[in-house]
Amino acid sequence: MTRTGDTLLYLDNVSVSFDGFRALNALSLLVEKGEMRAVIGPNGAGKTTMMDVITGKTRPDEGQVVFGEKTDLTKLDEPAIAALGIGRKFQKPTVFEPLSVWDNLLLALAGDRCPRFTLWARESTDEQDRIEQVLETIRLAELRHRIAGGLSHGQKQWLEIGMLLAQDPQLLLVDEPVAGMTDAETEQTADLLRDINRTRSVVVVEHDMAFVRALGVRVTVLHEGSVLSEGTIDHVSNDPKVIEVYLGR
Amino acid sequence: MLLLRRALFALALLLAAFPARAQDPFAGLTASGFDDIRRGIEALATAAPPQAAATIAALQSGNLLSGPGGVLVIKQGDTLIDARTGQPAPGMTVGGVTAAGLRPVRVNNAVRRAAEAAMGSLTLFSPDTATRRKAAEAVFKSRDPASLEPLARAIAAEKIPSIRAEMEEARAALLLAIPATPEPEKLAAVATLRERGDLDARALLANLKDQPAAVARAAADAVTHIERMEQLWAVAQGIFYGLSLGSVLLLAAAGLAITFGVMGVINMAHGEMVMIGAYTTFVIQDIIRTSAPGLFDYSLFLAVPAAFIVSGGLGIAIERGLIRFLYGRPLETLLATWGLSLVLQQAVRSIFGPTNREVGTPSWMSGAAEWGHLTITWNRFTIIIFAMMVLAALMATLRYTSLGLRMRAVTQNRRMAASMGIRTPWIDALTFGLGSGVAGMAGVALSQIDNVSPNLGQSYIIDSFLVVVFGGVGNLWGTLVSALTLGIVNKFLEPLAGAVLGKIVVLVLVILFIQRKPRGMFPIKGRAVEA
Amino acid sequence: MNRTATLICLVLVLGGALLLAAGNQLAAPGSTFHVPTYVISLVGKYLCYAMLALALDLVWGYAGILSLGHAAFFALGGYAMGMYLMRQIGTRGMYGNAILPDFMVFLNWKELPWYWHGFDNPGFAILMVLLVPGLLALVFGWLAFRSRVSGVYLSIITQALTFALLLAFFRNDMGFGGNNGLTDFKDIFGYRLQADSTRAALLIASAVFLCLMLLVARFIVTSRFGKVLIAVRDTEARTRFLGYRPERYKLFVFVVSAIMAGIGGALYVPQVGIINPSEFSPANSIEAVIWVAVGGRGTLVGAILGAILVNGGKTYFTGALPEIWLFALGALFILVTLFLPHGVLGLFRRREKALPTKPTQGTATEPAE
Repeated sequence: MTRTGDTLLYLDNVSVSFDGFRALNALSLLVEKGEMRAVIGPNGAGKTTMMDVITGKTRPDEGQVVFGEKTDLTKLDEPAIAALGIGRKFQKPTVFEPLSVWDNLLLALAGDRCPRFTLWARESTDEQDRIEQVLETIRLAELRHRIAGGLSHGQKQWLEIGMLLAQDPQLLLVDEPVAGMTDAETEQTADLLRDINRTRSVVVVEHDMAFVRALGVRVTVLHEGSVLSEGTIDHVSNDPKVIEVYLGR
Repeated sequence: MLLLRRALFALALLLAAFPARAQDPFAGLTASGFDDIRRGIEALATAAPPQAAATIAALQSGNLLSGPGGVLVIKQGDTLIDARTGQPAPGMTVGGVTAAGLRPVRVNNAVRRAAEAAMGSLTLFSPDTATRRKAAEAVFKSRDPASLEPLARAIAAEKIPSIRAEMEEARAALLLAIPATPEPEKLAAVATLRERGDLDARALLANLKDQPAAVARAAADAVTHIERMEQLWAVAQGIFYGLSLGSVLLLAAAGLAITFGVMGVINMAHGEMVMIGAYTTFVIQDIIRTSAPGLFDYSLFLAVPAAFIVSGGLGIAIERGLIRFLYGRPLETLLATWGLSLVLQQAVRSIFGPTNREVGTPSWMSGAAEWGHLTITWNRFTIIIFAMMVLAALMATLRYTSLGLRMRAVTQNRRMAASMGIRTPWIDALTFGLGSGVAGMAGVALSQIDNVSPNLGQSYIIDSFLVVVFGGVGNLWGTLVSALTLGIVNKFLEPLAGAVLGKIVVLVLVILFIQRKPRGMFPIKGRAVEA
Repeated sequence: MNRTATLICLVLVLGGALLLAAGNQLAAPGSTFHVPTYVISLVGKYLCYAMLALALDLVWGYAGILSLGHAAFFALGGYAMGMYLMRQIGTRGMYGNAILPDFMVFLNWKELPWYWHGFDNPGFAILMVLLVPGLLALVFGWLAFRSRVSGVYLSIITQALTFALLLAFFRNDMGFGGNNGLTDFKDIFGYRLQADSTRAALLIASAVFLCLMLLVARFIVTSRFGKVLIAVRDTEARTRFLGYRPERYKLFVFVVSAIMAGIGGALYVPQVGIINPSEFSPANSIEAVIWVAVGGRGTLVGAILGAILVNGGKTYFTGALPEIWLFALGALFILVTLFLPHGVLGLFRRREKALPTKPTQGTATEPAE
């Protein structure tokens, strides 16, 4: 695997173990600028751990994680990585439940994160415009004053995606965005992700093969902490190794 | 009739005394000059008749009276005893002398010293082993050259090796004190004292004066050796105290390692479970005292299961009545159980009164053993053993019993356990009951070394939490290591910083440690705990 | 609703204090409107407790930091003020030593320890009232939040912190009067402490400071900073992935809160006339938590209300039914956590603004998935 000038994220030979269990085993992955990538794999394949490593939640035991030209992510913590422009959406929708939809987006907006600033900050018209824009995209404009805790499951998922948009990242990591969604919501989410992908790179971790097929992007199959197969959805679903892992052993 | 008998008896005594007069070893004591008395004591010690020791002891306590005509009697309360025979001298007269004519044998410092030395050598031959031991010690302290000869005889006659060794040490001390002793003997003496190796030997060797160079060198050498050994023994004693404190911490924390460590419930009333265990001991002992006092020594064997049942039952009631409503809300659990602890304390105060209650120690737990230079008190030793047994039993319960298997299943994967037919609420209650019961057993042990009062539990709650957190939550081995470590560190800081400051230092160290490693010494790693 | 409650609270606290002070100063003794001085001091004491409750609510209600050692900051502020008051005694002490407080003369000390220097100056003393609790909170908080100690772990080590301070202040050679603490004060800022007018002035000062703190706290929690704080409280990990550094937010609010508690303690000491190590006892800190819980965690006005209600109850019970008080307090802890999670104010508030009953973020007690 070689890097080209357009590489955005580069994982090389990354290993992580918890108490002897190897969650990631010499994993290597390369995401191009502007690419959307689907990552699939059975339970325990290391998908969430991979996200943890990229976002700085877990330090790898060995291996390289490089963002952009030469930023070493293994040396940084979560806020620093977020500030570089990597956003993450959790599997379980995590929004700030006691705050309103508007305030959730306000906190997510790109800008100064320093206590000194936030203590005195006033909402600028620019900020208001950007929030309005995101509200349009995620179709929650009507609910802007609702407390986030009162939203439906699907609405929370969108609000969280909206927060990622407000954060204006270069790379989005999305963990199972359609889990628990209705078919209609799933379809809208696929549209939303494709929409986002026009300006940013996206990595989607998903179980739902229909959804991955609907996205129509390059797919990486993880198994036991390393890459089992990579290619189009048709390529990987015909790969005998993948079939073995998914269907029988 | 009585009068006649007394008179006859007195006459017999007088007759018995007279023929011995010529070489009467007691004669010197009836003299009036201090020098004569001193020489008399030495003569008496050399002759060593059977009554010599008792006589000189009476002289030391001021109870030896002499009268005209060589009368020498010992005053024992209201009766008088003839010093030479040890027989009572009935009535107010001895040898025809009225009590009014008797006066105490005079004593000055020289006499007192001579008496001391004489006592030392005289009692060397006592049939009583304890007295002989004491005598050897007395010679060691007095270092009176006159004792040298009797000491040599005593060593030859002594059958018990440990006493003989002490006598040898006394002889060594004596030899060093006598300037005329040849150098090789002195060197051997230094070696003997070096073997003895206690503070007395060190003081003696350190204060030697006017010795040949070789002896002085050997002595200085021995002093450093003894000091090093003393330090080692002090370390060993410190470790024992530390283990003792650590096992107390372990007992207090073992139950918490279950309720907090395994279940994750913050039970601030944990200390009160301990306190109730201690009060259970008090009640059991009270019942035994009134109904079967002969069984008192076995009271703790009854108290341990009783405390387990009382505290454990209360724990189950608390879990069902309060804690189960608060699962998933640790801070609220903390507050509610703190409230519960106030209620329990006040309830015990209302029932048993606010003052300390007396809990007795069985005879087999009293006293201490000496081992080398270590002092090991039986109650502390028993608690160390008990703590280890409790922890072993707890581990065995978790590992080998079906209840333990279910407990681990529920704490590791509640939903899966439930779907496999385990009644998880019931397991929660039993697990909490187990932890509380262990706290109750800890209370039995603590009742032996601490005041049994309504506040007993409070003084352990912070320590217990620190032990569990320091060791790593959910890890019983970690709890063991952390309790013993904290105990030992605490005891070693005490001489350096004082008890209170030592405790503060330990608290601060633990606070700093937790901040460095928030999950304790032996954290359980993995995604589950990160979530 | 929130704004109204704050306004009502400000008016009640300030107005109440002024009315009581006027009743004490202007109405003649014996008149129906006369307020006895002990009531003035009692209410002043409650207001100081309210400051502690407010400080605690700021960290617990809005940042999720359940500090079980907040009384330590209160006591440190109190000791700083107590040291100033001790130096003001001058030669009027039992031993008549112009420099050394009585307890030092009693301990045969020859010189004033270095850390007592400067406390004869009121400005320096006031600075210390703010600095000492603030610095302790800064150091402790920096260590704790940086290494992400949170939840019950944090609670336990804050409790250990106040316990360590309790042990330290009990020691005679620490130089803070040991067991007996600091007492027998005579003057404050040149006024006789026993005078009714001084007591009334102290009550009004307490009311003013309480109101100022309420305004500061309200400014903090309604700012964008406050929103981040609430986000950190409920979903700390999420804020991190958004690029916030929760530890800085927590540290700031922890230090502000410690200073508030310190001011409360400093005003408390002249009104009760003594400060001793028992103020550090962990039980005191936990009691302060229940004031907040009773009034309504996460509502600033509720903390003030709770402190006054519970302490009013305490004064009544310990006087009338001393046996019952600990039962009542214990029951209060249990009942409030079980049945009144939003406190007394929660009864009046609409559901939507209230706190979530269950924290969304996983904690040690949450059954593992």
